[in-house]
Amino acid sequence: MDEFIPDFLIEGSELLDQLDRDFVEFEKNPSSKELVARIFRAIHTLKGTSGAIGLKKLEAVNHVGENILSRMRDGKLSVNAEITSALLRMIDADRQIFASLESTGQEGDLEFSDVIQSLTETLTAQDILKDDKVNEANQPEVLGGTTASNLLGEILVDQGSVDAASVISALEVQQSGDPRRVGEILVQSGTVPQKAVQDALQAQSESREDAVNSNIRVDVNLLDKVMNLVGELVLARNQILQFTSNQKDPAFLNTAQRLNLITTELQEGVMKTRMQPIGNIWNKFPRIVRDLSNAAGKSVRLEMEGSQTELDKTIIEAIKDPLTHVVRNSLDHGIETSAKREAAGKSPEGLLFLRAFHEGGQVNIEISDDGAGLDLDAIKAKAIERGIVTPQHAAAMSDREIANLIFLAGFSTVEKITNISGRGVGMDVVKTNIEKIGGTVDVTSVRGRGTTLKIKIPLTLAIIPALIVTTGAERFAIPQVSLVELVRLEGKAAETGIEMIQEASVYRLRGNLLPIIYLNRELKLGNGSKAADESINIVVLQADDRQFGLVVDEINDTEEIVVKPLGKQLKSISCFAGATIMGDGKVALILDILGLAQLASLAGESCDHSAVAAKGGSSESADQRESWLLFRVGDHGKLAVPLSMVSRLEEFDPATIEMSGSHQVVQYRGEIMPLVSVADALQLTARTTREGPMQVVVHSESGRSVGLIVDEILDIVDQHVSVNKNSGNARLLGSAVIQQHVTDLLNVPELVMSFAGEGRMA
Amino acid sequence: MSATQQQFCTFFIQGLLFGVEVETVQEVIRHLEMTGVPLAPDVVAGLINLRGQIVTAIDLRRRLGVRDRLDGELPMNVVVRTGDGAVSLLVDEIGDVVEVEEEDFEEAPDTLASTSRELIRGVYKLKNELLLVLDTQRSVNISAAATAGGPGAH
Repeated sequence: MDEFIPDFLIEGSELLDQLDRDFVEFEKNPSSKELVARIFRAIHTLKGTSGAIGLKKLEAVNHVGENILSRMRDGKLSVNAEITSALLRMIDADRQIFASLESTGQEGDLEFSDVIQSLTETLTAQDILKDDKVNEANQPEVLGGTTASNLLGEILVDQGSVDAASVISALEVQQSGDPRRVGEILVQSGTVPQKAVQDALQAQSESREDAVNSNIRVDVNLLDKVMNLVGELVLARNQILQFTSNQKDPAFLNTAQRLNLITTELQEGVMKTRMQPIGNIWNKFPRIVRDLSNAAGKSVRLEMEGSQTELDKTIIEAIKDPLTHVVRNSLDHGIETSAKREAAGKSPEGLLFLRAFHEGGQVNIEISDDGAGLDLDAIKAKAIERGIVTPQHAAAMSDREIANLIFLAGFSTVEKITNISGRGVGMDVVKTNIEKIGGTVDVTSVRGRGTTLKIKIPLTLAIIPALIVTTGAERFAIPQVSLVELVRLEGKAAETGIEMIQEASVYRLRGNLLPIIYLNRELKLGNGSKAADESINIVVLQADDRQFGLVVDEINDTEEIVVKPLGKQLKSISCFAGATIMGDGKVALILDILGLAQLASLAGESCDHSAVAAKGGSSESADQRESWLLFRVGDHGKLAVPLSMVSRLEEFDPATIEMSGSHQVVQYRGEIMPLVSVADALQLTARTTREGPMQVVVHSESGRSVGLIVDEILDIVDQHVSVNKNSGNARLLGSAVIQQHVTDLLNVPELVMSFAGEGRMA
Repeated sequence: MSATQQQFCTFFIQGLLFGVEVETVQEVIRHLEMTGVPLAPDVVAGLINLRGQIVTAIDLRRRLGVRDRLDGELPMNVVVRTGDGAVSLLVDEIGDVVEVEEEDFEEAPDTLASTSRELIRGVYKLKNELLLVLDTQRSVNISAAATAGGPGAH
C-alpha cells in the first residue's frame, strides 16, 4: 500500500488546506449548506482513503470528525466556536500525521486520543442521537464531483431547466434516505424533462474530464531543469545574435531572428509554468487570523485583493515566512482589542487588508491594518536607548524614517513578549529576506489609524534585464531595477563636473548633490587608461532610499542576463550578486548595488550624519567637525554659525527694509522674512556707520526663513571645533578657537526661538 | 581489483606529484579563459564558463603557497565535485590515473610546511616517486579572513 502514500499526501494536503479555509468561512457563515457539504466530503474522502491504504490512526481521527459533520449536515448539530476549534485541532492532528508520513513513511508514535476525545465530547455535549455510525447511504453520491461547479443540480439550474428550490428539495428527499439519484428524483417528480437531465449529465462528465485533463502534476525539479536549459538557450541565442552582426547571409539572419523570437517566447512560457498565484500563500492566513485573534480576544476581518497575482515559485517560497510574520505582527501588535477600538471610536472589528498587484515589472504586496499604528515616540526612544541613532539624529528624522527603524536588527518595542511575535527577531529578518530576493520593504503608519507595509519584489530571479558596463577592461552587469538614469559628462563638464568635498566626490544633478563613487577604485581595478579629456559616464543608481552615481569607463548595452550564483569561496564579497555568461561566452560579474554602496560606505548614514546632527541644534556634542560660517558683528570679535544652518547669504539695500509691528522685515522670494539683528540679540553695539548693503544670513527651518543681520561675512572654515561652554548667554553655544582666534558660536535655534517669543509678546 | 586499491587522478604542481580520488574529479580540461573577481582572496584565480556553468577556479600554487606560474605558462583545470558544487583546481600539468595500494600509504611527515600539511592528507609511496594526496574539500575551503584583500589574478 506504501506506493499510494505519496499521491495520497499531495491530494490530502490540498484537502487539508481547503478545509482550513472552509472552516474559517463556515464559522462566519454557519448556515451555508454548501460549505458543510464540502467539508463533509473532504473529511469523508480523507477518512475513506486513509482507511483504504491502511492508515489506521488517520482514519480513526477523521472518523469522529466525519460523524460530527454528518450531524451538522443533517441539521442535528449546530456549529459553535468550540466545535470548530475541535475540528481544526483534528486538521492539525492530520497535518502532524502527514508530516510523519512524509519523513518516515509511518504514521508516527503521536497519540491523538485527546483530539478524538474532545471531538467525541462535543458530540455528546450536544447530546444527539446515539447512533454513532454514519449512514453511508446518506452521502450525496450524486454530488460525486469534488468541486461545486460539477454538481448536477447546479448545472441544471445554470441551464435554466429547473429552479434552485426544486434541486434543494430533491436533495432533501435524497438525504432523507431515498436511494435514487438527484436526476431521477427530479425527472420522476416531473420537475425537469428527461432530456435536460441527460444534457446536464453529459456536461457534468465533460467538465470533470476537463478538470482532469487540463492539469497535470509536474515535479518542481523537472521545471527547474527546464528553466536552466532555457537559460542556456537564452545565452546561446545571445551568442548567435552577436555573430549576426558580421554576417550578410539573409537566410541566416532570418533564421537567427526566428530563433530570437522563439527563444523569447519559450522563455516566457517556461517562466509562466513556474508562476504561482500569491493566493497559495495567502490561503493559510484565514486560519492564522482566526486562531490568533481568538487567542488574543480580538475580532479581525481579513480581506484579500489580487490573490491571483502571480510570482515565480522561488519567490513565493522566499516570501512565505516574511509575509506570515508581518501578518502575525499586525494581529499581535497592530490591531487593538475590541474594547480598545470602541473606546477609540473605531468599529470593534479590526481589518487586515492584503493586496497584491503588478506594477512596472514588479509585484507589489501591501499589508495594511486599521490598528493602533506605530508608536513613533516609543520607537525613537528605543532606538536611542539601543544606541542605533543618536538623539540629535533622531530629532531630525522624518516620521517615515522613524517608522522604518523597526527594520533594524534587534529592534522590538513591545515590552511584553507574547507567544505570537515580539521575540526581537522580527522585522529585520523580514527585511533581510525580502532584500535577499531583490525586493524592498517600506512601512508607513498613522498613529491611531493603522499601519501599511509595502513590499516590492521582482517577478522572477532567474533571468533579469541588466545594463552592461565596462571598467578596467572587465564587464559588469547592473540589474535594471537599481538603475535610475545615465549621465554623460563631456568636454569641459567632464573636467569640472565632479566636485570634491574633502575626500568625497559629488556631482550636481539638477541642483541636488549626488555622491559619486568610482567603480575601478571600489573594486581596486587600477586606473585603466583614462585620458584626462575623455568623457565621464555616470550610472545613477538607487540603493535602498539613497541615490548615488557610479563612474564607469564605458556603458555598453542592456541585455537579458541569466543570474548564476557564485561559489561559496566568493559569497563573502558583498558587492557581487552573482555572475552571468555573456554573449561571447565569457563570464561577467553582476554588481550588488546595495553591497557596493555599503562598500563605499554610502548606504550607512555617514555622509549626512554631520549635517543632520547640526540641524538638530544640539549643543551637547562638544567635538564637532563641520563647516562654519565666520562673520563679524560690531566690536565683538568673531562669531560663527554651523554652515548647515545657513541656507543662503543675501545682501539687502537698507531702503528695502520695512517694519511689521516692532520688527524689521524684508520682502524675500515672495514672502515676508523677519530680520533679527545679531548685534541687538547679543546686546552689542553695531557699527551703524557702515555704508552699503546689509549682510544677511538666511536661516530656514520647516519652510520658514529668518534673516540674521550681521556686519561682515568673513570666511567659511572646515575644522574640528571643541566648544567651551563658558558664557552664561543662552544665545551662544559657547566659544571655540577657529583659525587661531577665539570665536563665539551663535546658537541659531535659540536665537530664532527667542525672537519668535518676543514676536508673540509684541 | 582488491578492496584496498584506490585510483587517483594525478597532476603536477611545482614538480611535485599530487593526486585526488578519481571519484571526486568531474573532468579535466585545458586552460580556459577566466574572469577575475575583484576583491576576492588571491587564491581565487577567477571564474570560468564550464558549458554554461560558472565555476570558481582556485590556483593550487597560491593555495599551497608556492611561487606563481611564470607568464606564458598556462594552467590546466581539474574540475572537482565538492559539497558546494563544482570547483576548478588550477594545476601545472596533468599526470596519469594511478592505482595505489593501501599498504603504501603513510601520514604526511611533520616537517612539511603548515599550509601544505593542512592540505595534504598523506603520501603514497609509489615505485619511482611519492604521490601526495590532496584534500579537495580543504583546498577549496578558503577562510576569507586569512587571505582576503589581494586582487584576483588576472
